[in-house]
Amino acid sequence: MTAIQKLDENPTAHLSPEDIEAFGAEIEAIRQEILAKRGASDAAYIRRLIAFQRWLEVGSRATLLASVFPPAFVVGTAGLTVAKILENMEIGHNVMHGQWDWMRDPKIHSTNWDWDNATPAEAWKHSHNELHHTYTNVLGKDNDLGYSIMRVDEDQRWHPFFLLQPLWNAVNACFFEYGIAAYDLQLGKYLPMKKEDRPEHFTKGAKDVLKKIRKQAGKDYLVHPLLAAPFGGFLPTLVANFIANVGRNVWSHSVIMCGHFPEGVAVFEKSSIDGETKAEWYLRQGLGSANITGSKLMHIMSGNLSHQIEHHLFPDLNSNRLAEVAPQVKAVFEKYGLPYVAGSLPKQLGSAWHKVFRLSLPNGWLATTTPKNAPKRVAQLYKMSTGGRKARKAIQAELDAAASSREFTPAA
Amino acid sequence: MSSTLLPQTGTRPGARIGHRLTRVFEAATTPLLPADYLDLVAPLRPGADLRGRVVSVEPETADAATIVIKPGADWAGHVPGQYVRIAVDVDGVRHWRAYSLTHGPRRDGLISVTVKAVPDGKVSNHLVHRTQRGTLLHLEQAAGEFVLPADEHGVTPASHRKLLFVTAGSGVTPVVGMLRNLFPSTDSGVLKPARSKDLDIVVVHVAPSQPDSIFLRDLQALDAAGAINLVARYDDEHGVLDMETLGQLVPDLAARTTYACGPAGLLEALEKHHTAKGLPLQTEQFRAATVVAGDGGTVHVGGKEIAADGATPILDAAEEAGVLMPSGCRMGICMGCVLPLKEGAVRDLRTGDVTMADAMTGPVAVQTCISAAAGACHLDH
Repeated sequence: MTAIQKLDENPTAHLSPEDIEAFGAEIEAIRQEILAKRGASDAAYIRRLIAFQRWLEVGSRATLLASVFPPAFVVGTAGLTVAKILENMEIGHNVMHGQWDWMRDPKIHSTNWDWDNATPAEAWKHSHNELHHTYTNVLGKDNDLGYSIMRVDEDQRWHPFFLLQPLWNAVNACFFEYGIAAYDLQLGKYLPMKKEDRPEHFTKGAKDVLKKIRKQAGKDYLVHPLLAAPFGGFLPTLVANFIANVGRNVWSHSVIMCGHFPEGVAVFEKSSIDGETKAEWYLRQGLGSANITGSKLMHIMSGNLSHQIEHHLFPDLNSNRLAEVAPQVKAVFEKYGLPYVAGSLPKQLGSAWHKVFRLSLPNGWLATTTPKNAPKRVAQLYKMSTGGRKARKAIQAELDAAASSREFTPAA
Repeated sequence: MSSTLLPQTGTRPGARIGHRLTRVFEAATTPLLPADYLDLVAPLRPGADLRGRVVSVEPETADAATIVIKPGADWAGHVPGQYVRIAVDVDGVRHWRAYSLTHGPRRDGLISVTVKAVPDGKVSNHLVHRTQRGTLLHLEQAAGEFVLPADEHGVTPASHRKLLFVTAGSGVTPVVGMLRNLFPSTDSGVLKPARSKDLDIVVVHVAPSQPDSIFLRDLQALDAAGAINLVARYDDEHGVLDMETLGQLVPDLAARTTYACGPAGLLEALEKHHTAKGLPLQTEQFRAATVVAGDGGTVHVGGKEIAADGATPILDAAEEAGVLMPSGCRMGICMGCVLPLKEGAVRDLRTGDVTMADAMTGPVAVQTCISAAAGACHLDH
């Protein structure tokens, strides 16, 4: 993936500025149509879902009191995992987006909500709502692209450090909530600084995160195991909570990877958003996101982030309406000849992971490696990994030459 | 949260255990509170946010109904004549309105408000025509100074035994609340308990026309039972009431304490008249001065008064004036700039929709980056 402006076939090249404005107006009209008709049934949806999630959590935790019995352990763990997923995805993420602020219910409002996650609501709302959603897929502006620890684009210079990025990505998936907390804090930027040089907002933010982690971990790994202890369920309950947290983390990480990482999703240069109009913003949001196709259950479990394109066009539109607007949005994209990236969960997840692997290697390495030349390529990779910048540059030139020769089809 | 309620030395052990238990439950439900789970099963329990459940909706006229509500356990009671603020979800959106309590304290613990559906009134129409039994409402404790003084036995003091009530339109409701308390109506007719024996009450009730008049039957029954002396005035029949006519209708006006409830115009006229003559008057304006949406206006925020036009987001106008405002994406998507609008009107620059707030509705959260002033407004920041 290369910034859209540098692609040989820029998918927006055929559109005049007037076309883009007309496209934006059609997208805006879809939003207005929903705003005009949402009401009591939408409010009932989120209240029902919140009630269901709370009952499921209470029920699962009650079942885990008997977790010393394997069937109770299995049922309780499964229920708790689902409850935690619903709480973070379809409820927490969306409430904190302000999707339900229009109800004016202080209990379901972005300013008051906090979620079952290591990162505090305030920190997340800043890095996610404000930065990621405003600067979606702008290289150097949107740190969600790789969470600052991964190589996400061919234009990013390769370094042996990135060889391990599939591993980082897997570890990040398991402990995603802590990864997000660290990322929201910009830990990588501020931690290496001397204590007295760190800005005040970081020190305060770090304190808040530690407090939140203490509370969340205390709940899952101390209070509930202790409650089950009289029934001999301390350890199984602790393990159940751990599984539920890791399960939730891996699931949300996977959904989020599918949102902006699969092949076909565009990224943008920083300069391209100078003076961007609302219509151009809509265009960038749409081209910078990918949908997951699937069942209604999958949509709800993903917090309707399976409708990532629609969510990015209308981040403040309540999630239960995204399924309804998706076909309309798709039709507008088709009308203007724009790509609308969508695929099943396995396909998108596979594509995203493939990209993680591909970019962990030097540009062109994966595409130009065949069984026949494998020994040579491995030797080259070894040299690139152990040699200095000069060696890397020289071998990279060889790889580039091989990739552009007719022998190898370019990477998808 | 209750973390500030640390037990004092010498507190009952029971209270201390209760407190510890609360801490454990809080640790088990964080980031939510135990209350968030208890609300699922017992929304009216002691300690919950004050709510009420609709027990019945009794039609009064074609466009008015009495809503009988079972209030939550923490309802502190009320004095006849007081009002209650009620939140109703209409089309999914929560609205707060104030209504007079139309009964004195009832033995069954229920409370009631009588609502007249006003044209284009979102909330009143919903309450009168579309409210179902069992609906959960949010309440605040009763409030209001428009009450009759009474001693601990409920007896009105000698200074307030000759009374004149002047009511107009829906302004009759708090007065009906007071009268029902003084003269309970039962199946066998209107009672006149000893505490209300030598009360001398005249009610001048003004309405545009007869069939519109809610509670007329109540007032007529009280009049027939000799509890009050009712003077009903209809604009279409008798002309608009002026102060001179009032003096003719109630010759001993000067000997009475006047209670008046109705629209601003009537109250102003009464106030002018009574002040000039040095007569005691207690008033309650029934409909709060409604906010009228305009184009631009003075924005009160961060301790400053800012003149803002109707095309500039309040966020920009305030920042220009040197107020440090919360902000985010500046395009209406991130909710990082939301502030409570305490009073006034703002217009959504994307849709043109106007959002209003006043003392009756309570504060409404608005996004300052896409809202422009639509009249004078006061933001809490």
